[in-house]
Amino acid sequence: MNLHDLWFVLIAVLWIGYFFLEGFDFGIGVLTKLLARDRTEKRVLINTIGPVWDGNEVWLLSAVGATFAAFPEWYATLLSGFYLPILLIVGCLIVRGVAFEYRHKRPEDRWQTNWEHAIFWTSLTIAFLWGVAFANIVRGVKIDSAMEYTGTLADLVNVYSLLGGLVTLTLFTFHGAVFASLKTVGDIRDRARQLATRLGAVTAVLVLVFLIWTQTMRGDGTSLAAMAVAVLALVGALGANLAGREGWSFALSGITIAAAFAMLFLALFPNVMPSSLDEAWNLTVTNAASSPYTLKLMTWCAAIATPVVLLYQGWTYWVFRKRIGTQHIADSH
Amino acid sequence: MELALAPETLARWQFGITTVYHFLFVPLTISLAALTAGLQTAWVRTEKEKYLKATKFWGKLFLINIAMGVVTGIVQEFQFGMNWSDYSRFVGDIFGAPLAFEALIAFFFESTFIGLWIFGWDKLPKKIHLACIWMVSIGTVLSAYFILAANSWMQHPVGYRINEERGRAELTDFWLVLTQNTALTQFFHTITAAFLVGGAFMVGIAAFHLARKKHIPVMRTSLRLGLITLIIAGLGTAISGDLLGKVMFKQQPMKMAAAEALWDGEAPAPFSVFAYGDVEEGHNKVAIEIPGLLSFLANDDFSSFVPGINDVNKAEQEKYGPGDYRPNIPVAYWSFRWMIGFGMASVAVGVLGLWLTRKKFLLPARLRTGEDEVPHLVLYKKPLSPRFAKWYWMLALWTMCFPLIATSWGWIFTEMGRQPWVVYGVLRTQDAVSPGVSQGEVLTSMIGFTLLYAVLAVIEVRLLVKYVKAGPPELTESDLNPPTKIGGDDKNADRPMAFSY
Repeated sequence: MNLHDLWFVLIAVLWIGYFFLEGFDFGIGVLTKLLARDRTEKRVLINTIGPVWDGNEVWLLSAVGATFAAFPEWYATLLSGFYLPILLIVGCLIVRGVAFEYRHKRPEDRWQTNWEHAIFWTSLTIAFLWGVAFANIVRGVKIDSAMEYTGTLADLVNVYSLLGGLVTLTLFTFHGAVFASLKTVGDIRDRARQLATRLGAVTAVLVLVFLIWTQTMRGDGTSLAAMAVAVLALVGALGANLAGREGWSFALSGITIAAAFAMLFLALFPNVMPSSLDEAWNLTVTNAASSPYTLKLMTWCAAIATPVVLLYQGWTYWVFRKRIGTQHIADSH
Repeated sequence: MELALAPETLARWQFGITTVYHFLFVPLTISLAALTAGLQTAWVRTEKEKYLKATKFWGKLFLINIAMGVVTGIVQEFQFGMNWSDYSRFVGDIFGAPLAFEALIAFFFESTFIGLWIFGWDKLPKKIHLACIWMVSIGTVLSAYFILAANSWMQHPVGYRINEERGRAELTDFWLVLTQNTALTQFFHTITAAFLVGGAFMVGIAAFHLARKKHIPVMRTSLRLGLITLIIAGLGTAISGDLLGKVMFKQQPMKMAAAEALWDGEAPAPFSVFAYGDVEEGHNKVAIEIPGLLSFLANDDFSSFVPGINDVNKAEQEKYGPGDYRPNIPVAYWSFRWMIGFGMASVAVGVLGLWLTRKKFLLPARLRTGEDEVPHLVLYKKPLSPRFAKWYWMLALWTMCFPLIATSWGWIFTEMGRQPWVVYGVLRTQDAVSPGVSQGEVLTSMIGFTLLYAVLAVIEVRLLVKYVKAGPPELTESDLNPPTKIGGDDKNADRPMAFSY
């Protein structure tokens, strides 16, 4: 396997890790309005991701940093081309991070309500926009011979990309609902399961339509296989949720996300950002890649660092493995 | 007007605003992580409650601060691609690697263990919980190292070759990028400056409480820790600054000539204390100078030749073709002086404070707390008048801002002194911007970030003030009886969490 092919895989893995992990914490953010009945329940939800959301977000920073290093042309074209959506995502990430940390730091009702709105809206917006962005990447955008994006903001808004946005939004929210039922006790746990069932049904329809559309547009044998895994895992997640097997349900909703994004990356390969103007102007794993020396260096770094990261992040989940409920939330704020 | 709003100008302003803003939180995060870890270590070793209270107090201020540091750091990683796409294409092969290393090695570390530390008070045994804050501290320092190595490469590119066919720079020796003297001295200088910021922060806040005679045991410990940090860091900053200056005199002669407003080379060259120059005509109208000092700073001897702005400009024109290779001279000149001036002022306050609190004095019986003797400056009339004491506490409080002003101007100097280059001698700033990004887009993001940052600054400062005024928390039952097993003790399964959002 070529180094640039390997790095395409590794970047896909980083994105998939990001969506698997931060997927459920975006979902939890959205659920603070859909599921929680009062402030204490909101806090139960927020605290299920409290110790881990920050670590989850680093998967994004690693994915973007690795893209910069391994495929500088991809990084440059994507971020300068999708300027305003990226700006909105970054702005939301800022507000969202601050909202988690600051919401509980003052007792005033208005202060807390404002930050709760912020958590909901930023989680929802980012979850939606990542879907829009990835759908556009797969579909192809107006890239010229100099690898510059020549389209406008309006070009990024189309039925396929909006559907992509809805898919990530609903899928992450479903994943979050399953996570909530896995991590809470009491009444909120039961309601999380019921909500997951309803969300899951909507999600399944959207995911199916989007993946079939993607398959007909750019698919091949491998992407079809990934699509099959995604669909089966989603059905399994729904079934496990109905059966009350929360751990299984969460693992399977995670696999759905992983397989769906794997499918998008497989559909892309060997392109990283196809041009809708002329196929000769596609950004590919070869013309967007860094030099073999840099890629080799990065490979060593990833080979050593990634297992260690997985080990201590896994340990974090184990330390905080206990379910929490309203009784664990002190009254003070 | 059109020129003022050119995408390049706007992108530079945006980079300047977001970077200086980000760097208000970074040094405080680096130093407070280590200082909090030190205090928690003292608690684990001695079991004295004042250390635990101090850990909780400074830890809380640290968390308010790191939240902002982390989120503003995200912007940095994205804006190279957004506003500087041609830069990213040209140097991604080299510049991207330390960024990716930072995320994979340092940032994961920091972010994961900070979660464990915040929520781990009732989930982790004492020593493991302590190890978590040390991990955070190590993560922040490693993070700084990779970022500074990347920045140093822009100041002094090494270990690369130009690939004409691909039209970009390619890495040939990563080890050299990580270990070149620019990177090492800049790292040394930045880390010591970070502790200057943290030391002054601690001194200022401790002074605030001591002036009111509140929380004396905790604040006395904090004051002394802060003062000692301030002085050691001050010494380190001065030494590293001198080393970095010598490196820059060799690698970026224009930057240092501009920092001195030295128009024409001299031997021996004087150090300029104050100058009022005329950029167009290339000479100074007013100048106050210390003879020979600049030669010493540049070359370690008092009589050597130091090239001036005009000399370097001519040399660079011969080397890189026609053009103006001078940075903004007044900015370079004054930022250099503000950096040194405010840095030194904060150390002076530290030295004064340590001397004023140097020995235990007689204390009124009601204020004796055994080991926690209070600095006599606070409480006792002799030998210092209360008015002087009050004056010193006020000064100490204001000193909190000094190193922050110094570090901000330090970065402005480093980055603006390098212009018109973005990578010194290799890539001009004007060739680095995103060609496909419109003026409106850059303007939107610049205004967006500036407004968002302004609002967050108000929120942050008000929160800090609130928590500073509240002082150290009272300790609870669960604080004093940490769990003995990982995941928390089962008998407390239904007890409210020690910390929750």
